[in-house]
Amino acid sequence: MMPIGHYLILSLALLLIGAAGVITRRNVIIVLMSIELILNAVNINLVAFSRYYGDVAGQVFALFIIADAAAEAAVGLGIMIAFFRNRETVLADEMDLLKW
Amino acid sequence: MRAGGEAMNAPGYFLAHIWLIPMFPLISAAAMLFFGRLMSKEAVNLFCVGSVLLSFLHALGAMLTLFARPAEMRFYQEIFFQWVTPGAMPTGAGMVNFVADWGYLLDPLSCVMVIVVTFVGFLIHVYSIGYMAHEGGYYRFFGYLNLFMFSMLTLVLANNLLLLFVGWEGVGLCSYLLIGFYFLKKSASDAGKKAFLVNRIGDAGFLLGLMLVSTTFGTVRFTTQGLSDPSGYSGILQTLGGMMAQHQFVYGAPIFTAIGLLLFVGATGKSAQIPLYVWLPDAMEGPTPVSALIHAATMVTAGVYMVARMSAIYQLAPVALDVIAIVGTTTAIFAATMAMVQTDIKKVLAYSTVSQLGYMFMALGVGAFAAGVFHLMTHAFFKALLFLGAGSVIHSLSGEQDIRKMGGLRYAIPATSVPFMIATLAIAGIPPLSGFFSKDEILGHAFNRHLMMDRYFALWAVGLITAGLTAFYMFRLLFEVFYGMSRVPIEIEGHIHESPKTMTVPLVILAFFSIVSGWLALPVLWGEESPFQRFLEPSLRGVETDTSRIMFAHHGLLVEVALMGSSVLLAGLGFYLAHKLYIENPKLHGQIAAAWPRLHDLLVHKYYVDEIYDALFVNRIKDLSTALGLFDSKFIDGLGVDGTGWVTLFFSRISMWWDKWIVDGLVNLLGWFPRFLSMPVRMFQTGVFSTYAVFILIGLAILLGYYGHHVQTFVRSMH
Amino acid sequence: MLDSIVFYFFASIAVISAMLMITRRNAIHSAVFLITTLLSTAGIFLQLRAEFLFIAQIILYVGGIMVLFIFVIMLVRLDVPLPQIRSPLRQRIAVFVAVIVFAEAAYIVWKAHAMQGQGILIPTAAPADKLPPNTEDLARSLFGMYLLPFEIASVLLLVAMIGAVVMAKKRTNTP
Repeated sequence: MMPIGHYLILSLALLLIGAAGVITRRNVIIVLMSIELILNAVNINLVAFSRYYGDVAGQVFALFIIADAAAEAAVGLGIMIAFFRNRETVLADEMDLLKW
Repeated sequence: MRAGGEAMNAPGYFLAHIWLIPMFPLISAAAMLFFGRLMSKEAVNLFCVGSVLLSFLHALGAMLTLFARPAEMRFYQEIFFQWVTPGAMPTGAGMVNFVADWGYLLDPLSCVMVIVVTFVGFLIHVYSIGYMAHEGGYYRFFGYLNLFMFSMLTLVLANNLLLLFVGWEGVGLCSYLLIGFYFLKKSASDAGKKAFLVNRIGDAGFLLGLMLVSTTFGTVRFTTQGLSDPSGYSGILQTLGGMMAQHQFVYGAPIFTAIGLLLFVGATGKSAQIPLYVWLPDAMEGPTPVSALIHAATMVTAGVYMVARMSAIYQLAPVALDVIAIVGTTTAIFAATMAMVQTDIKKVLAYSTVSQLGYMFMALGVGAFAAGVFHLMTHAFFKALLFLGAGSVIHSLSGEQDIRKMGGLRYAIPATSVPFMIATLAIAGIPPLSGFFSKDEILGHAFNRHLMMDRYFALWAVGLITAGLTAFYMFRLLFEVFYGMSRVPIEIEGHIHESPKTMTVPLVILAFFSIVSGWLALPVLWGEESPFQRFLEPSLRGVETDTSRIMFAHHGLLVEVALMGSSVLLAGLGFYLAHKLYIENPKLHGQIAAAWPRLHDLLVHKYYVDEIYDALFVNRIKDLSTALGLFDSKFIDGLGVDGTGWVTLFFSRISMWWDKWIVDGLVNLLGWFPRFLSMPVRMFQTGVFSTYAVFILIGLAILLGYYGHHVQTFVRSMH
Repeated sequence: MLDSIVFYFFASIAVISAMLMITRRNAIHSAVFLITTLLSTAGIFLQLRAEFLFIAQIILYVGGIMVLFIFVIMLVRLDVPLPQIRSPLRQRIAVFVAVIVFAEAAYIVWKAHAMQGQGILIPTAAPADKLPPNTEDLARSLFGMYLLPFEIASVLLLVAMIGAVVMAKKRTNTP
């Protein structure tokens, strides 16, 4: 058996890569994809612990996360399309309506 | 006191009600003030003329009551209330409790004055009914006239100098009101102002004299005689007597001279002597009855009355008496010269009045107080008659007053011309009319003085010459108005009409008295004292000193006749000259005037006295007023008011600057501060969510770093 | 032994494709690399004996979500390469902070590893043949204890569906 730490490190790495992607990329679609990556990393973490604790709740939770990710991707893309229709841009830098 | 004496001294109705005499006209004056506007002419007549009639009747009754008493008891004094009580005062008589009261004194002197004032006043009131019938302000006229009567009666009945002054001021006020009766006419209102102001100057002197009297004697009451209970009261006469007895003062002491001269200053103002006579000719702007009453018969005689009343002091001040005599005589001839060339009928009479008043003061100045008062009485009759007659002439000619436009009126208006002629004869001193007797008394006493003192010849001589001048200008007036060719303008000639009965009847009555009143002095012809003088003597008796007796010495019969003859001679000379110049050869006076043009101008322009006064005093005071006004507007208004405004603005600007820059600046600073602080913080709100994600990550890093090492322990404790 | 090899294989593919994903300019490339990452993750799941999730991951994530993504990318015309990302500062900060966090967390894990058998890392995995059948186990849990969250998740999906439809609807006449 592998020590659980390996899975944790893997999950962490994927999470951080996804976070970096969120921060760095200007293209909103890429950002949304990075968010999917983060959710995925969390899934790995959950499943790893589920295996090592013998509790299936982790997997249930991961299943829910997948469902949620799907919903979120659908809605997010819908918003993005609506935004694109208005603004003709997909660049995150130009979506600064919340600026002071 | 015996019972008979007590009964004789019982006041009786008229004396006890002596206060009604001034009260009647006061009530009707008040009625005019409140209700006059609503009253009809008849009602006004009833009130005003009726009140004066009542006063006259009461005065008559009072006089008869007084006559009934023996000579020494002919005093009645009643004090109504204490008026001024300032308290303890150091005086020449020691520390006294000064009191001035409101009280009336009836003695022979005030009795004569009251009769003259009410009688002539009544006649003039009756005359005014006719004269003022077509004038506006009917009730106002009678209201003022009655107010005047009240003031004059207060003046003559006053028992002390202060109350006399109240009446003095009152008649001055009424004179102003009545002279300026036609106040819409500028010359009239100016004349009223002039009269009042010139009077006031005299009053200043009077007041100083009054104060000097009160501090010297500790009282202003004339005498304590006639009081039912004289204890507790003091009078000037009594106090003076005490002082002289104790040799506190001597005959001719400077204090008496000072008092006498100061009081006389007031008399010059009121009685139109040099130098304060200038108001009287201008006073002719008022209605003619006013001129008759106030400026002939009554007000102007107030000065004479006052000096006579204060005879006790004057007799001890020979210097003052000399001054009075000289001023009076000078005024007499001065005014007479001016009367010779006047062309306004009333102005001639005005200057004549000034001249005759001068005679009265001459009499007072030589110590003949009774003679002065006698002339006052006769003059009241014939001068009032002359003025009323002049008013009648003016009325008949529908307002014409220039004698050059008159002439030959004696047939047109005989009811006026006959009394006028009688008055002219009287004033010229033609025997046996009254003027002759009174004027002769004065000249006689003047000559007497000369004989006694071996000075003062000039007084008598000038008086004599003035008598001639008087005759001349009066006959001139008579001839110009009533005789000769008619020079009346055509448009008026058709309207000449006789005046109504209310105007002519008083003329007749006054003419009667102008003839008769002089006969009181008839005994003088045969060397006795006139009854008039005897009557007045108790009032005029001064404090006994050795030298005061000199005044009343008599001269011999021959001298008396010579004097009388000389005055008649000069009167006849005046008549002759007037006749020559104005009847025989009417152009002659014009030629004479042309021959001496500068002299004529000087006289016509009244010696330019008005102009001199203007230049010396009036305009200088106006300059002072202008200067002060300029001071006020420039300095006070400029510095004070405007300056205050400027200072206030200045401070408000500073406040504004303070408010704008400091206060608002602080507020703005307070506002700027947070903004300044928040500037860096604002940078974080980019609106770009990736920035926010960075911060989340950074936060995570920090949290992990800080709490990381706790993780194992934390979890360990979980199990 | 085999476990480790499989793990490392899938792990490295995942990490490398993830890194590639976030650096591609072309969105389609990024999407493809995400697909590979997700597939590797599925492999990880399988290695962890989570069979149902392995299948679910492939069908749902890759077959559903990523297809959706590619649809949208192609709809919005993003396959055109975009200019180079600006703000290198942000990039560097991101990388830097990520590295820091990784370092910290890795350190923690390593530390925890030192205390094997204690703390969070107490349990050792049960041997594989001793495990209950995964799908059955999952179903029992899902429809047993976690029935409510299951129902809620379905509501969530419904809402998301409606929301997405509303969002993407073309507005014909705006007021």
